[in-house]
Amino acid sequence: MSSNRTELWKAAVFGIVSVLLYFVLFEFEGEILDVSIRGRWLSIVPVSIAFAFSLVHGAFTANFWRALGIRGNKNGGH
Amino acid sequence: MEELAVSFIEIGLAEGVFLFVVGFVGGLVSGFIGSGGAFVLTPAMMSLGVPGIVAVASNMCHKFPKALVGAVKRARYGQVDLKLGLVLGVSAEAGVLYGAHIQESIKRSFGDAGSNLYVSVAFVLVLGVVGGYVLRDAWRIYRSGRMDAVEKAGRLARWVQSVRIPGTMVYFKSLDAKISVLFTIPLGFATGMLAATIAVGGFIGVPGIIYVLGAPSIMATATELVIAFVMGLGGTIKFAWSGLVDIRLAMIILAGSLFGIQLGAIGTTYVKPFTIKVVMGVIMVVVLISRAIIIPVYMAQLGMLRPLDESVSAVLSKASFAIMAIALAFGASIILYALWHGRRAHLSQHEMLEEPVAAD
Repeated sequence: MSSNRTELWKAAVFGIVSVLLYFVLFEFEGEILDVSIRGRWLSIVPVSIAFAFSLVHGAFTANFWRALGIRGNKNGGH
Repeated sequence: MEELAVSFIEIGLAEGVFLFVVGFVGGLVSGFIGSGGAFVLTPAMMSLGVPGIVAVASNMCHKFPKALVGAVKRARYGQVDLKLGLVLGVSAEAGVLYGAHIQESIKRSFGDAGSNLYVSVAFVLVLGVVGGYVLRDAWRIYRSGRMDAVEKAGRLARWVQSVRIPGTMVYFKSLDAKISVLFTIPLGFATGMLAATIAVGGFIGVPGIIYVLGAPSIMATATELVIAFVMGLGGTIKFAWSGLVDIRLAMIILAGSLFGIQLGAIGTTYVKPFTIKVVMGVIMVVVLISRAIIIPVYMAQLGMLRPLDESVSAVLSKASFAIMAIALAFGASIILYALWHGRRAHLSQHEMLEEPVAAD
């Protein structure tokens, strides 16, 4: 039960941070797009955004399914 | 750069929800068979008015973080051979660059129709041979009734593992054997070339790792995610360097696909290798049909056939896209069913084992 609660908390925290990231992306979409399409060394901008979203949103989605009780079978898959 | 700026579309709620759902289904399939979601994402974005090159670039930019998350998840289940993924990824990167170069040359010489015909013929040939082989193997396993049996390396893989070339031998844990890295170079290169041509290198990469190198299906599909990460990161840097990535599109698709890839990865722990082969083979053959029916349209555009009536071309194009979407939806349905069924069986087994303890 307490492990479930921890996962629920983790899902909630990462979920909120993920929503914040998406909010910032679309609130400032003009500015962010303008910088990211300048290309050359500024190509680091879209690549870094993709990495940041994968870390935060990836952690959220993992905890989301776990909090719903959907987990991998420890004895299967290899 | 200014003329490119006007090519970036407005994204409303409807477009966002559509891309999220397509991303989810694509992620689900990728998490399960290592690749396969990308082929429908580029046309889906183009159907919203996104220019082709921006759609390809944005697809690539969602692909590498998705593959990263999927690879990390499946590594937790002990399914990833990181060394093999990185070794294949390096030659795949070279294949991507060469494949993109061929694409550009064909486009320059024969225009859009020539490029589309090349892509469709590549789809039909590769998916016909490889998809047919995977399905035949799945059918053979089904007929033998040994769907639960442990996979063994086939004749070709046993030969590859028996060849000793001094100075090139490397041990890979997924094969539990040493093989010459020289065998990985053409395989990685072909995977990269296919990725640059039809956006899904895994249709060669995964069967290649299973049938040529001799890895189990589950480890092959997981290791393909490492290759997809290496190729996707290299491809994204290449496109972003030219300012072609629409980061908003890429991140919306990523939002859906990360939900899907986690679920697809979980699904692999509840199924037998046989199910993975069935899903992969069915998707490959249905996609083949979708590309085959559009070939006459491109041939007519190039003057190789009599011009087709405009309504016939439109029907064939729509049918092609619909069949492609059906292939993905069909694959996703099998995965969700396998996950639900496997999980139910696992839970009931778990309950049966716990019952005597509870009775005590």
